[in-house]
Amino acid sequence: MSPIAAVMRRELRSYFVTPVAYVFLVIFLVLAGTLTFYAGDFYEREQADLQPFFVMHPWLYLILVPAITMRMWAEEAKGGTLELLLTLPLTLWQAMLGKFLAAWLFIGLALGLTFPIWITVDYLGAPDNGVIAAGYLGSWLMAGTFIAIGACLSALTRSQVVAFILTALVCVLLILAGQPQVLDFFQGALPRKLVHAIAHLSMLQHFDAISRGVLDVRDLLYFLISMIGWLIAGVLLLDLKRTR
Amino acid sequence: MIETDQLTRCYGHLTAVDALSIRVEPGQVLGLLGPNGAGKSTAMRMIAGFLIPTSGTARVCGYDVAREPLKAKRALGYLPEGAPSYGEMTVREFLQFIVRMRGLKADAAYRRFDEVVQRLQLEDVLGLCIDTLSKGLRRRVGLAQAILHDPPVLMLDEPTDGLDPNQKHAVRQLIDTMARERTILISTHLLEEVHALCNRVVIIARGKLLADATPAELEQRSRYHGAVSFSAPGSGMSQEMLGRLPQVASIEVDPLDGRITVFPKVGERILEPVERLLREQGLEVSEIQLERGRLDEVFRQITTQETDGARDAVAGVNA
Repeated sequence: MSPIAAVMRRELRSYFVTPVAYVFLVIFLVLAGTLTFYAGDFYEREQADLQPFFVMHPWLYLILVPAITMRMWAEEAKGGTLELLLTLPLTLWQAMLGKFLAAWLFIGLALGLTFPIWITVDYLGAPDNGVIAAGYLGSWLMAGTFIAIGACLSALTRSQVVAFILTALVCVLLILAGQPQVLDFFQGALPRKLVHAIAHLSMLQHFDAISRGVLDVRDLLYFLISMIGWLIAGVLLLDLKRTR
Repeated sequence: MIETDQLTRCYGHLTAVDALSIRVEPGQVLGLLGPNGAGKSTAMRMIAGFLIPTSGTARVCGYDVAREPLKAKRALGYLPEGAPSYGEMTVREFLQFIVRMRGLKADAAYRRFDEVVQRLQLEDVLGLCIDTLSKGLRRRVGLAQAILHDPPVLMLDEPTDGLDPNQKHAVRQLIDTMARERTILISTHLLEEVHALCNRVVIIARGKLLADATPAELEQRSRYHGAVSFSAPGSGMSQEMLGRLPQVASIEVDPLDGRITVFPKVGERILEPVERLLREQGLEVSEIQLERGRLDEVFRQITTQETDGARDAVAGVNA
């Protein structure tokens, strides 16, 4: 078995041995369900789609993903197991990827467990299942980006609390970057092109497009490049720590 | 084989390891000795590839740790300071994780797994969470992790710290049986361990190498080397006589238990003349001992000299 798979397996196991996994799954599923019906007006809209469900996901991930990723490296640094892990024959890359994939698969599982809502909407009406599938894909990609951010920032510190707050902060900035209020704020001060660039950084814009069923390569690339970028930054941070 | 060449590591303006060059050959058990904060762990972390040296190189089995880290790490079994392990895993899960990380082949891995578990007497705790284990057991799990892939080079940072005397004995036996063809580097601040395990000692303080010798050579540096000590009630008279022996340099009496220690002049053997004199005096001696030398004294002498020197240097700068 490759070191990546071994690290991934160990991480996944540690989620389920500690209560982390169960607490996360319960909270995620309960919140995803109730927010869809109460805040999203699922019935009142009288439309056979899952828009109110997916619209809540960025805000759910904002709270829950940092809770998963905060311990990723901070805990290892604090407990001394980082020294054990990094003196085993694997590269920093393999360690980072193993941990990232474990978290991404786990969120994938949580997302998969929301399937009753798909069944519900399918039972109540005749939704476009392609759009819903695209919504799930977009949501999973967005979760991956959040996880990559969390993985990077967890490598920055020994404190899980600091890792949580930093991750949530960066994520909220990325979510809000495209909102009109934020853009209006920059409108006067910055050149038009820069404001445009900020708008394009917004996670919401790209996620909305995908979850409406528009699979644009640019949106997919946005998420893939973000993930890779944050993971590279995380690996560089870990490497920097070894020289400091 | 472990080689370091001018290995140096700075934390800010503090130099934790200062141009350390050592070479450990197969068959050697080298004890890295030094006071707390001497740089033992930092040096080991660099050799293990966890920390990157500020300058200098480290090689394990000929592989440069910086250039070919994976090959170097494969050749090395390493027990980090404090024997860290994943507390939420059971002992079995943890060791299986190491097997997978080391990429050991299935059937050989099973045999080796059983062998190591048996050697470190971990059979009864395989199913227990590492968090629930005692300090001694955790240390043994850490040792098992280090030797699982039967490495040619073994590096153990304070392997017997926190073990009771029986466990210490078992671990020392384990290291002894492994020592024959392997290169072993252990760090310790227990001087008894040096006697029990090492055939070479390197003493460092403030990151600098201060002594590199066999334990016997170090003992010879002690002023106790070749001294004779005995207990004899009512021997006030004979002390004077002993002092007149041509080979004797000085005599000390322990104020607590009255034990007398006779120090020889340089290069003289005094056991025989002292014994003869005591017999002639008709003194009843319950027990008489020829001292080999005291490592703790030599250790203190070597390491405090250095720190005194440094203090003087600092004082000089301030003045």
